[in-house]
Amino acid sequence: MSEFFTTAVLVATAASGIRLAVPLLFASLGETYGQRSGVLNLGVDGIMLLGAFGGYYAVLQTGSVWLGLLIGIVVGLLLGIISAVISVTLRAEQGISGIGIYLFGLGMSDLLFQKLVGTPLPITKFPKLNIPVLSDIPVVGELLFQHSIVVYLAFLAVPISMYIINKTTFGMNIRAVGENPEAADSLGVSVSRVRYGTVIIGGTLAGVAGAALAIDLGIFQQNLTNAQGFIAIALVYFGAWRPLGVMLGSLLYGFVNAIVLQLKTLAIIPPDLSNFAAMAPAIITILALVIVARRFKAPAALTKPYSRGE
Amino acid sequence: MKKNLKIWLIVMLAFALFAAACGDDATTGEAEPFRIAIVAPSASNDLAFTQSIVDAVDVIKNEMGNVEVEVTDGTFVVEDAAAAIRAYADDGVDLVIAHGSQYGGSLQEIAPDFPDTSFAWGTAADTFGLPNVFAYEAASDEGGYVMGVMAAALSESAVIGIVGPIEVGDAKLYVDGFAAGAKAQNPAANVLVTYTDSFSDVALASETAQSHAANGADVMSGTAQMVVGAVSVANDAGILWFGTQANQTSLAPSIVVASQVYHWEVVLRDIIGQMDSGTLGGEEFKIDLANGGEVIEYNDAFDLPADVRQLGEDTIAGIKDGSISTGS
Repeated sequence: MSEFFTTAVLVATAASGIRLAVPLLFASLGETYGQRSGVLNLGVDGIMLLGAFGGYYAVLQTGSVWLGLLIGIVVGLLLGIISAVISVTLRAEQGISGIGIYLFGLGMSDLLFQKLVGTPLPITKFPKLNIPVLSDIPVVGELLFQHSIVVYLAFLAVPISMYIINKTTFGMNIRAVGENPEAADSLGVSVSRVRYGTVIIGGTLAGVAGAALAIDLGIFQQNLTNAQGFIAIALVYFGAWRPLGVMLGSLLYGFVNAIVLQLKTLAIIPPDLSNFAAMAPAIITILALVIVARRFKAPAALTKPYSRGE
Repeated sequence: MKKNLKIWLIVMLAFALFAAACGDDATTGEAEPFRIAIVAPSASNDLAFTQSIVDAVDVIKNEMGNVEVEVTDGTFVVEDAAAAIRAYADDGVDLVIAHGSQYGGSLQEIAPDFPDTSFAWGTAADTFGLPNVFAYEAASDEGGYVMGVMAAALSESAVIGIVGPIEVGDAKLYVDGFAAGAKAQNPAANVLVTYTDSFSDVALASETAQSHAANGADVMSGTAQMVVGAVSVANDAGILWFGTQANQTSLAPSIVVASQVYHWEVVLRDIIGQMDSGTLGGEEFKIDLANGGEVIEYNDAFDLPADVRQLGEDTIAGIKDGSISTGS
């Protein structure tokens, strides 16, 4: 056990946890917007997969990671619009329509990959961005300031989301529509417009999450996300629909995963217990979810389609 | 008038159907094709498990000529695989290959419903006592052992990382064989073995490789389709890589030293031979270095020292003649 508590191993493990948290953070922040306005989008994983393939393919063709990220954004935005049309305008049952979006993303990303690429080919990854001065600080520098740029972007999105949701008129409208759409509507707030906005933001961030994952890994494969989109949805509940809570949940999930991997690598967890250890992130998240669910209430209008006069 | 028209139409339709039914035999005389269907968990070109069986069936198709091949890949959900297996059997396919040890339970249920269809299940060593189920597996520990020996010979840090999926079957055999080979070559080597407990989580495989690199590994290997993430990390860090199941050189030509490549066509020939003689199942087959079902393919673009390559060849010869045991 002592080999785990060395500075080098601890720093490597923590850095690994941060990397694992990034796609979850993007996706769960996006989902937070939607859920705060009353829209549950279970299609996050499907949007992530298409964003991942779009980003991967753009980098494969052009070598530009920034174009790849842009394509991820565009794919996410388009699927966000589709999701919004289905859940807001057509008022479809949100759980079922979300599963439809997921299955579409899962199948289409694989089909496109098979037809356009075939055998997995490596692509250029995001470059590491060492923050001047800060990255030279012992331990802390390596832990926090020697990551690829998407890591910084993901964590920058947290205060921005906090500001938007808590300090802007748009954010106030989001919260009002999520709690009491009838009242918001009577005060002149367009419920549809607000929900369109949040679902499109959610789709866009899910697309970014997928593209960030694929480009950071430097590869694409069938079902690359491995259900991270569903974990992201759980993390929104875990984070009590607040960006800071969502960030803490993403980091917890990433850290637990990284710690389990490191303990297995150092043979501290015996192989016989490997399967049980692999469940640790999910179990810890579920336990935390139970605790959070007792203390915080979901937006009152969550999953309820709105129609004026009903 | 209307009645006459109807009679004419019926006569012409009957004639057309008769002509169509006779057409093939009368005009071409071609025999019915031998139909093979593959149901496999990952993509057909995953550079790993699924690709190995698809490539093998392609070889058989080229050898036999009149073969029709159908593939349902990406069936990581066992229920989807079971539906595909049943559909192919129902459609009259001659040989249905269920390429995934996780499909065993489904096959046990489905096979008795189609006694005239032959099923092949791998990687497994159990036919469930059913007369129409063949089982096939790979002695993946053999190639793993050979490459473990070479890995230890190439490693300067004497730290070697192995990324495994779930500790079962073919994957466990390979990992154990690789570790045993490395230890045989250098008993002081620190062999890091990490199972991610997932066949498909590329991100976890990537982070596992990062972890091995942080612990000083300068040679790595891994098995299953999720290792593409680990290869990418190894490539970035200049860490040498040994592949398995399919030739993984194209993933990282500068660091892939060699790959153990499966040639399932060796067992497929035996299975089809049995079918020709009227046996539809009930036997188990294995590919290994001796029967040519496993081949170590070197990356010509990698400058492998001659003595290390010779060490690899000597180990292959030792395993073939039985003088070297992998311990598995």
